Amino acid sequence: MDTTLSIAEARLEPQADLDRLMRRALVVGLAGAVATAAAYVLAPLVFYRSYLVGCLLWLSVAAGLWGLGMLNHLTGGRWGVLARRVFEAAGRTLPFFLLLFLPLWLNLEALYPWADAEHVAGDSLLQKKAAYLNPGAFVVRTAGTILLWSLIAYLLSWLSHRHDASGDDGLRRHMQRLSAAGAVIFVLSGTFASVDWIMSLEPHWFSSLFGVAFVVGQGLSAFAFLVPMMIFLGRRQPLKGLVKPRLFHDYGKLMLAFVMLWTYMAIGQYLIIWSGNLPEEITWYLARNTHGWKLLTVGLMVGHFALPFAILLSADLKKNPRRLAILTFWVLAMRWLDFYWQVVPSAVEWQAAQGLLPAGPRAGFHPFDLAPAVAIGGVWVALLAWQLKDRAILPVKDPILKEALAHG
Amino acid sequence: MAATRFPTPTYGLLAEFDAPQALIAALEAVREKGYRKLDAFTPFPIPKVSELVVDHRKSKVPLIVLCGGLLGAATALAMQTWISVVDYPLNVGNRPLFSWPAFIPVTFELLVLFAAFSAVFGMFILNGLPRPHHPVFNVERFERATTDRYFLLIEAADPNFDRERTRELLASLGASEVNDVDW
Repeated sequence: MDTTLSIAEARLEPQADLDRLMRRALVVGLAGAVATAAAYVLAPLVFYRSYLVGCLLWLSVAAGLWGLGMLNHLTGGRWGVLARRVFEAAGRTLPFFLLLFLPLWLNLEALYPWADAEHVAGDSLLQKKAAYLNPGAFVVRTAGTILLWSLIAYLLSWLSHRHDASGDDGLRRHMQRLSAAGAVIFVLSGTFASVDWIMSLEPHWFSSLFGVAFVVGQGLSAFAFLVPMMIFLGRRQPLKGLVKPRLFHDYGKLMLAFVMLWTYMAIGQYLIIWSGNLPEEITWYLARNTHGWKLLTVGLMVGHFALPFAILLSADLKKNPRRLAILTFWVLAMRWLDFYWQVVPSAVEWQAAQGLLPAGPRAGFHPFDLAPAVAIGGVWVALLAWQLKDRAILPVKDPILKEALAHG
Repeated sequence: MAATRFPTPTYGLLAEFDAPQALIAALEAVREKGYRKLDAFTPFPIPKVSELVVDHRKSKVPLIVLCGGLLGAATALAMQTWISVVDYPLNVGNRPLFSWPAFIPVTFELLVLFAAFSAVFGMFILNGLPRPHHPVFNVERFERATTDRYFLLIEAADPNFDRERTRELLASLGASEVNDVDW
């Protein structure tokens, strides 16, 4: 393959396939949206918690892909060159999540105890935390975080677009420098965001590992989505025949690393808190070990760690895109379950504390729990396909593109 | 008994070639005939030769590492369980004696340790190391492998090996000399 591809030649062909992906994703998204609206009306207690879970899942995919793009600018490596346009397109979808947070902002006290003035009035600890944990500050921080991520993503994307046209090496250095700053910002702001979005569901509780675990989870979500996406792109021109098993072997190895890293964080946090067994720390695990949640906790250990870990050890599986894709869909489902495990037990505790729930076991899956994840996923995939349209699907002037294509 | 097929125990046959091209051609020819237990010795590295000599079957090392790792994890778990439950039961914060979360770090460490040792020693054993002396040194002319001759070795352990027919084959491939390699 000639590396002096023009931008027009490097577009995905047929473009109609991206249109079709967009339409299908939108149909799925709209069906999910109808179910979500039904949940809002029929089961508002289920709506807010599952809406947050759906938001977090797809934000972790989008932000994770954007983060991987920056990581690849910093470390180099052929694995990221063919996927760069997916990283950039995912980055350009980030402003969408600003819109998605709106329903939560309008009713923060449905999920977050610190947003309920009456509750805070009777809780001296929350009064002390109110300088940080208050609705106004939450909205500003969330909006600021997503805007900052979007700004960096759009800047990177713009530089990359100009690089396609000119091939100017200075632009590449600009992208690397921006990625260096962006990676630091990504991890730090991700840490703060995880405290706001998830940890503050149980506002007395704290864990210093939580933020890193959140960011690592984003990387895992991103790889889980990237594999099927690269299979889709690899079946079409100009990548047809160039996306080879070796590329998926690389993705599989990186995914294995992220599975282990996620486990390391999960076990690390658990061991420290379990060993200390302090009243203000152990609550998180007590809530997830009682009321019937224990099954979910064990399920996560098996499904999120043991199974993907054991399967990803096989080199043959990693080189087989189809089988790897099946596993990545499983991992994506487990990412959803992980957020469910983080959000729902706390949300249910809060609802019980408000007297909104009848007595009895509180664990329980509701079919509406899935609706927002489907709705947001469908719309987000449509957005991604839209962002991939009419642009070069390969960084045509990248100096290691030729090498990356040969590696494929 | 396989050993009785040969009047004297033979490690294999060593064919000597004058030029690297002749060695490569001979290697390709014997591979074609189905010989796999091959080795070649040249005065300087020739990538094509290493490619032809290496047995491309899958390595057994990963399996050995997996077994080693599992053995390490089992050892650590058994050791800690025995210490904490049987040998020296201690009440720590009123936790159960068999508090498996506390055993995870040591289990993980021994898993890694045993797996790493299995990788290194498994590789040694599969390669037949350590090997202070190799039978090819019994052939006097082998000295010239470091100066100007190119040698091809077919081991007697190869299932296709037949002392007479293999010797004839090597001679027909242009070997200037074919020697028995004694143990």
